[in-house]
This record gives sequence, C-alpha cells and structure tokens, in this order.
Amino acid sequence: MKKKLVSAMIMAAFAAGAFEAAAQSGKISDDVVRIGVLTDLSSIYSDLSGPGSVLAGKMALEDFAKDAKVLGKKVEILSADTQNKPDIAANRAREWYDKDHVDAIADLPATNVALAVMEVAEQKNRITLVSTAASLPITNAKCTATNVHWMYDTHALSVGTAKAVVKSGKKNWFFITADYAFGHALERDASAVVTENGGTVVGSVRHPFPGSDFSSFLLKAQASKADVIALSNAGNDTINSVKQAAEFGIMGSKQTIVPLLMFISDIHSMGLKTAQGMLLTEGFYWNQNERSRAWSQRFFLRHKKMPTMVQAGVYSAVLNYLKAIKAAGTDEPGAVMKQLKSMTIDDAVIQKGKIREDGRLVHDMLLLEVKKPQDSKSPWDYYNIKAVIPGDQAFQPLSKSTCKLVKK
Amino acid sequence: MFELLGITPQGLVAQLLVGLINGSFYAMLSLGLAIIFGLLNIINFSHGAQYMLGAFAAWIGATQLGAWIGNPEFSIGYWPALVLSPLLIGASGIVIERTMLRRLYHLDPLYGLLLTFGLALVIEGMFRHWYGISGENYEVPESLTGAFRLEGIGLALPKYRLWVVAASLAVCFASWVFIERTKLGAYLRAGTENPALLQAFGVNVPLLITAAYGYGVALAAFAGVLAAPIFQVSPLMGSNLIIVVFAVVVIGGMGSIMGSIVTGIGLGLIEGLTKVFYAQASDVVVFVIMAIVLLLRPAGLFGRET
Repeated sequence: MKKKLVSAMIMAAFAAGAFEAAAQSGKISDDVVRIGVLTDLSSIYSDLSGPGSVLAGKMALEDFAKDAKVLGKKVEILSADTQNKPDIAANRAREWYDKDHVDAIADLPATNVALAVMEVAEQKNRITLVSTAASLPITNAKCTATNVHWMYDTHALSVGTAKAVVKSGKKNWFFITADYAFGHALERDASAVVTENGGTVVGSVRHPFPGSDFSSFLLKAQASKADVIALSNAGNDTINSVKQAAEFGIMGSKQTIVPLLMFISDIHSMGLKTAQGMLLTEGFYWNQNERSRAWSQRFFLRHKKMPTMVQAGVYSAVLNYLKAIKAAGTDEPGAVMKQLKSMTIDDAVIQKGKIREDGRLVHDMLLLEVKKPQDSKSPWDYYNIKAVIPGDQAFQPLSKSTCKLVKK
Repeated sequence: MFELLGITPQGLVAQLLVGLINGSFYAMLSLGLAIIFGLLNIINFSHGAQYMLGAFAAWIGATQLGAWIGNPEFSIGYWPALVLSPLLIGASGIVIERTMLRRLYHLDPLYGLLLTFGLALVIEGMFRHWYGISGENYEVPESLTGAFRLEGIGLALPKYRLWVVAASLAVCFASWVFIERTKLGAYLRAGTENPALLQAFGVNVPLLITAAYGYGVALAAFAGVLAAPIFQVSPLMGSNLIIVVFAVVVIGGMGSIMGSIVTGIGLGLIEGLTKVFYAQASDVVVFVIMAIVLLLRPAGLFGRET
C-alpha cells in the first residue's frame, strides 16, 4: 500500500512537471516578444509617423512594465523604414517574422504598404497593428484575421468633417484629389457622406502625387462656384493646397476649404495664420483630457513635438497588445487576437474602445476647428473641440461590411 | 467650343497665367543648368538641392538666425534675402567646384553627375534630419500681399506671383544679354568651344569656369527664395522639381541658353493646359514631349548637332 502511494506520488510529480514544461513552452514563442514598428523614417510621412511612432512604441513598453518583460520574458521594440514602398515593407516583414522572431508589426503608413504587410502577416499567422494607413478596405474588403486597425479610417474622416459641413448648409462640393489609392478612397467615402446628407458633388479634379503647385486645380475649383472645396490628399500636398488657396484669396471667401485629412504636424508647419477656422477630424488630440495631456507632455519632452493621432495610435496599440499577451498568458496570435477583441481598450489615448470582428477599433472621434492665432494660448494649442462623434456613428457599421470575417 | 471642353475662355486665360508662372520657374532653373552644362560639361544633379538651400537660407535668415546669434529681434527680410541667399549659396557652389568638381573635368561627365547626385542626397538628408519633412512656412513679403482682381476673367491674381514672373523673366533676359552680347560672355562661350586655345590667349579659364558654376548655383538659390513664399519650404522641394527641369534642358538642347529659357516657359504653359483638360497627365506630358523631341531632334529644339 505504502509502495503504491509512493509510486503514485512520483507519477503525479512527473506529470505535473511535464504539464508545467508544456505550459511553459506554449507561453511565449522563442522566449522573447518582439514588436516591430515599421514606419516611414525618411519620406513624406516621416513627420506625422516616423521616429515619433518608434518613440511611442518604446514608451508603451516602458509604461507596460519597467523591466520590459511580459510573463517573465523579454520584450523588444524594433524599427525599420518602409521607404514608402510596399515591396520593401513586405520583404522586411517577411524577414522579421521568419528570421527575427517578430510577433507583431505596428504603424504601417500608407495604404498600399499596410495591405502588403497584412497579407504577409496573414500567411504567417502573425499580427499587424495598423495605425497610420487610413483606407477603409483595411478592415473591409481586404480585412485579415490577424489585423487591428487602430486609430481612424477614411470613413470616419468623412463622417466627421463632411457631415458637419453639409449640415451647416454648404451643400455643393468640389474635390481636389490625390491620384492614388488613398485619395480615391477618401473621395469615394466623403462623396457618399455628402450625398447621403442631401449635398451634391459638382466636380472633382485629380492631381498627380506628390504635387507642388495646386493653383491650377484651385482655380478650377473656384470656377465651379462650389460651396466647399474638399482636399482629398495628405501631408505636404494638403499644406501646399491650403497655402495656395490663401494666396489666391479662396480662404476667407464664400468658398470653404475642407481638408479631409490633416494632422496636427501639418497645422504646426503651415501656421495658425493660414490654417485658422478650418474644420477637421482626428481620433486623438493631445489636449483632449487630463490623461492625454499627461502622456503627451512626456512624449513632447523626448520628441520636442506633440504626438500626432497616429503616433498616439502606435502607443495605444503596442500597450494593449502587451496587455492582451499578459491576460491570455501566451503570445500565440489566435489567443492574443481573441483577447484583444474581448477586452475594452482604455488608456491615455483611447477611451472605451472596442475591437470588432473585422479588426476595426471603434472609439470616439473628434471634430476639431483650428484656432485663430490670438486664441492660441500656448505652443501646440491649436484646436477647439467642436463635437465628439460617437464611435458607432463614426465608423462603417458592420451591416455594410464586406469583410470576410463578418458573419451575416 | 469652350463649353465643349468644359472651360470658359476666361478660365482658360487664368490657367495660362498660372502656367506662365510655373514656366518662369522652370526657365530660371533650367537656365542655371544650361550654363553649367555648357561650360563645365557637368550635369549638375544637386541643382534641386541648391534651389532648396536658397529657400531655406531665406527662411533661416528670417526666423532662426536671430536666436542663433543671441539677438531674437534680428531677422533678415525678404528683399535682403533675395540678394544674400544667392550670394551665400553661390559661394558654397564655388567651394564645391574648387574642391570637388575640378578633379573630375578630365573624366566622363557621368562622374560629375554621380558626385552632384550624391551631394544632393547628403544635403537633402541633412535638412530632413534637422527640420523634418513637412517643412516650414515663409510669409509673403508685406508689400506684395494681396491680389489684383482681374474682373474680366474673374481671377484674383496674387501680386506676389506677378512679381515672380517679372523677376525671373528679367533675370533670364539679363543672363542672356550678358552671355550673348558682352565681351566676358564671349569669353565664356569661347571657353565652351575650345578652352585650351582661349587659355593660350591669356584668359584665366579655370577662374571663368568657377565663376560660371557659382552663377548657375546662385540662379538656383534665387529661384528658391522666389519660391519660398509660394511653396512650403521643405527639404524635398527641389527633388520634386528637378526632374522636370532636366527634361526642359534636354528638350531645349543641352547647354543652349536661349533654348532653356524658351522651353521652360513653353512647357510651363503646356503643363498648365494639361492640368485643365486632363490633370492626371500633367506630370507626364513634359516627358512625352521630351521623348518625341529626342526622336525627331536628338540635340534638342535649340541645340546644335555635333
């Protein structure tokens, strides 16, 4: 009897040990969690994402754990330049996932870059956390099971700004559109919002990307007598369009210039004198509440610039990815995605956010108005918050989704 | 007929005016390139970067210099910058010519192209590192703000743009007169033809070449200052423009002074028209014309077959 008991105890001890070992090996693959911030470090989006996004990723890790560890294993943040080229980005992603044990890739500026990397990630069953790229197809026709689209998309931008402007009585719209995937997507989404709300689109012109002289397109828009000249472009194209609209006397005339996508970094570089009075939509403003202010001030001390919404998006994405690993007890992508989609996203950047089955992070968006120079009390004090657009109104409802993951 | 094309005659005139403004930028930049190519046989790929430097020098003088020297009140206005910036950047060009380009004259022109291309990347990279990609805002000078209302064509033509056209045409014309009608200009042209013979007559040819490079670079910087209030002053402002300007030089005929001026303005107008009728093609049209010209007249419209 005694002998039996001893042998049973020994067996149980072995079994427990085996279990323990099995559980250990399933926890963290390769004994390290690596998150790659794949961003534009040298080209047109490097001010609005770029080094700021990398810093945001690092800050997320620091805020998650002082010892930079999750479940007892080391976490590392890597970074690389996409050079704004989908093929280069996809190759880097492949190398990271295959050779360097990278578990998730964050940021991904420009739609074509994001889609290329998402495809690689899906094949290899690894995670992407898109923040800077904006097109709706990322969580719609081209959605993947291992992706979360963090901050905003072209649909939310259109709903925010276009709806507010049409409702204010400016019904005739003319689009100046950058001639590439993102510009087209934004024009399409904004046009839909305009017509749904009783407005009309009287014309549009597509300019080569990138452009520098927009006066010709602005004159065409001016001659159309439209109430609204909508800028369906981004970055320096938007800055130059606005600047030249001011030069040709369109700013401050009966016609309203509406930039459909503008970042606080754009406002900073064109100056309030030129930008004042414009309406725009963002997913985050550093000065929106106590938590965002506190985090942004820390970011500012290290980056010398306030965070843009997409840099803030990288912070939130990395932080919550790590939280999800901790809660799930493993970095296995399926389990982490399941955890991400079940938890509430709540941090200094996103409040009460929920990730839907198509990978869309739904959260409140902000309709902002650029302040007059005399109303700006301190550096980077650029916006008045005109309205908070609830997440379920800002983003495309699942009923209209064409994403393969959405069961109807 | 105009209705068929979707534009009013007034609209067309307005668009042509805008095209003329861009054309005068092309003319001034391609003129500098043509002078440099004609005399040094160097394809100056850093021309775009030097144009950007001109704009940045004006912006730094207006907004940064005061703080650097510990006197925040101090700033250099637009008009002094229009003279100082080309002088400064031209001088930097002379340093480049004396220390680097000089060593390449006996080699294939390809080496000069590679060197200047490398320089352009380094200069643009440094400015991108220091000032970021979105660039800086430079205000239109007080005396040129506002616009002339041309009621006839329903256009508010900014005073500043008119000044740009006037200034660049004047500079182009003066350069042409200087090179084609003065004695020093004659030396320059002779230096292009046969430097050894010219040197035998007691003319200091190396000095002539240095001066010519400095002048070409100064022209680029001058265009940069003119452009600063219109475009965002950003590190890549030159590289966006330079490719078109090279096409202009090729179409006009490599090294042809008159060719570069006339083609620059002409292509500005054609580009303007393309923006009216099929905007998507406006960045291609210049290269389509270049291809056609190269097929029919390989030496360019104003170039001589050799």
